[in-house]
Amino acid sequence: MTDGAVELAVLEEGPEVAKGEVLLQAEHLKKYFPIKSGILVQREVARVHAVDDVSFELRAGETLGLVGESGCGKSTLARCITRLYDITSGSLEFEGADISKYSRRQLRPVRRDLQMIFQDPYASLNPRKRVGAIISDPLRIHRAGSSDQIRRRVLELLEVVGLSAEHINRYPHEFSGGQRQRIGVARALALKPKLVIADEPVSALDVSIRAQVINLLDDLQDELGLTYIFIAHDLGVVRHVSDRIAVMYLGKIVEVSPAEELYQRPVHPYTEALLSAVPVPDPDLSASRQRIVLEGDVPSPIHPPSGCRFHPRCRYATDICKTEEPPLLRHGSLGHMAACHHPLNSDTSPADASATAADASGIRTTSA
Amino acid sequence: MASPLLEIRDLKVSFRTEDGIVRAVDGVSCSLYEGETLGIVGESGSGKSVTMMSVMRLITDPNAQFEGEVIYKGTNLMNLSQDQIRSIRGAGIGMIFQDPMTSLNPVYKVGWQIEEQIREHEHVSRQAARDRAVELLTAVGIPNARERVDAYPHQFSGGMRQRVMIAMAVSCNPDVLIADEPTTALDVTIQAQILALIKKLRQDFGTAVVLITHDMGVVADMADRIAVMYAGRIIEQGTQRDLFYDPQHPYTWGLLGSIARLDRPRPRRLAAIPGLPPSLMRLPVGCAFGERCAHRFERCSELPLLLDRSGTSHLDACHLSPQQKKDLRDRTIHPELVEERP
Repeated sequence: MTDGAVELAVLEEGPEVAKGEVLLQAEHLKKYFPIKSGILVQREVARVHAVDDVSFELRAGETLGLVGESGCGKSTLARCITRLYDITSGSLEFEGADISKYSRRQLRPVRRDLQMIFQDPYASLNPRKRVGAIISDPLRIHRAGSSDQIRRRVLELLEVVGLSAEHINRYPHEFSGGQRQRIGVARALALKPKLVIADEPVSALDVSIRAQVINLLDDLQDELGLTYIFIAHDLGVVRHVSDRIAVMYLGKIVEVSPAEELYQRPVHPYTEALLSAVPVPDPDLSASRQRIVLEGDVPSPIHPPSGCRFHPRCRYATDICKTEEPPLLRHGSLGHMAACHHPLNSDTSPADASATAADASGIRTTSA
Repeated sequence: MASPLLEIRDLKVSFRTEDGIVRAVDGVSCSLYEGETLGIVGESGSGKSVTMMSVMRLITDPNAQFEGEVIYKGTNLMNLSQDQIRSIRGAGIGMIFQDPMTSLNPVYKVGWQIEEQIREHEHVSRQAARDRAVELLTAVGIPNARERVDAYPHQFSGGMRQRVMIAMAVSCNPDVLIADEPTTALDVTIQAQILALIKKLRQDFGTAVVLITHDMGVVADMADRIAVMYAGRIIEQGTQRDLFYDPQHPYTWGLLGSIARLDRPRPRRLAAIPGLPPSLMRLPVGCAFGERCAHRFERCSELPLLLDRSGTSHLDACHLSPQQKKDLRDRTIHPELVEERP
């Protein structure tokens, strides 16, 4: 990649979307999983509201961090965007075309631009294939050149992710977790995608290795002009890599903001609690810090609570929170939005904010 | 200082495998005093779990070989028979494991599992054991304990299962609680709940805690003293303040530098430790961290011992002189903060 010697014919087209333009736009995206029951006739008895009315915009070249606890729908959202799942309703525009209802055949060319890095580097690599075959699979599936060209591209990719040419004939089990994750990264980059969705790419790795992989992803973004959606539950990691961060709770985005701003001035009480729960590696600070311990667990997404979904665990909740769902509104600076009746750290009250919500960039209001 | 409650003396654990001998723990010595919390930090494969599993004599692999002593209240646990050690497990030393799903038996009700442990160690009636179980479940914050005592593990969430594990571990009032990555499988908000619970139990019962974790944030919150392990050895040991405000070993610096911290301005790059931990089958000659260390010099081909190099109880295993360490440290942990200073 550094010398750009090998350019494969099919991949030569330049980026159609310039840096800073909208690359991906989701509107009212929903994904419900049916729960079926019955002996002969399976009837749908309930639904898991995994992703429930999520709208957002992603600009070319940026990194959007996605945080939330397990079960909040962040991985489901990632799989909807890559269309590994069918979308229940809503629209998903990638480079201006709505791909939410594309058939498998239609999706093929799109998949080249939309790649994914998975959490578990042990489970996401086929143990019976050699590294060379794993990385070249996407190239062969998309017929991206002759076998000789493909081989050269694989070698180039290995170098880009910090492995060496001699690794090409080894099997995944011969590598450590961090090295395997590098193979996963090489595979995701093989087709020169525009958008890479990284679903907890470093969660399974040790701290020292984690930093190596984060730095690698960082460098690759600079070199290749990639756009990332970075999913993680480690808020420190997410802050480090993201330009903007969206916080999810029970299938909804409850707050989205420029990264630094979210940590300085969280608006949603859930964000506040999440940040305060992160242990700080500094004993004095840790002792002096006010910690908010949330009671109980995340409620079931089968029967999510009425009104604001966070109200049963929220220390600021009042009656309105039980009945009325708060819309995602603008708070303060451009692009900082939150869905709460009792916003924290906000100069604008929600009533004033609703007037200006329409011109906010980034996430759009879901309250139509 | 009073004599330690639990003392590990030069513990060595190795496993014979087809490919050679794996030295999982290679000469670990440390002590736990009454009422204190000892944090053991290290990456996967550093030997932290194997050390504590050996203390509990839970490693039954016939290929495992043990050397050294583990003294608990004057008795060497390594010499006890299986029957004798069983009377100490649970009653004297309780243990919480990382994964609460695999460490509870899925086919028995949680109440039954707690009662079994109580009845194993104390001669009480079934009813009394059951009442204790309900009491314990209430104490660890399980709502509606009287009904939940008859639920199966799968009917609990991850955080609630870990609470059940803790209830079981403290059911016989042990003086030592070993918690092996108790919150690694949990979300941060649930982690905060569980850590708060362990703190409360520690306060109420005066239990000494050994907390095994890879998360420096967790030990900053919980531990009085900390031991850092690398490739089967302790490479630095000291009070919590020593480790965080005056770390001596380059590996500890690396660990502190590779965390993406919320309490500091965001650096352009994380100070990652290059390379991989060495294979425990072929440990390098000399310092095991040498190959990955930016400050390596000739003496590093000699094995550094865990010594007190500064005249305090702060021990480290690195040949660099205290002055060199002081000079190199900040540049290694957060190079960018140092660069920006005039």
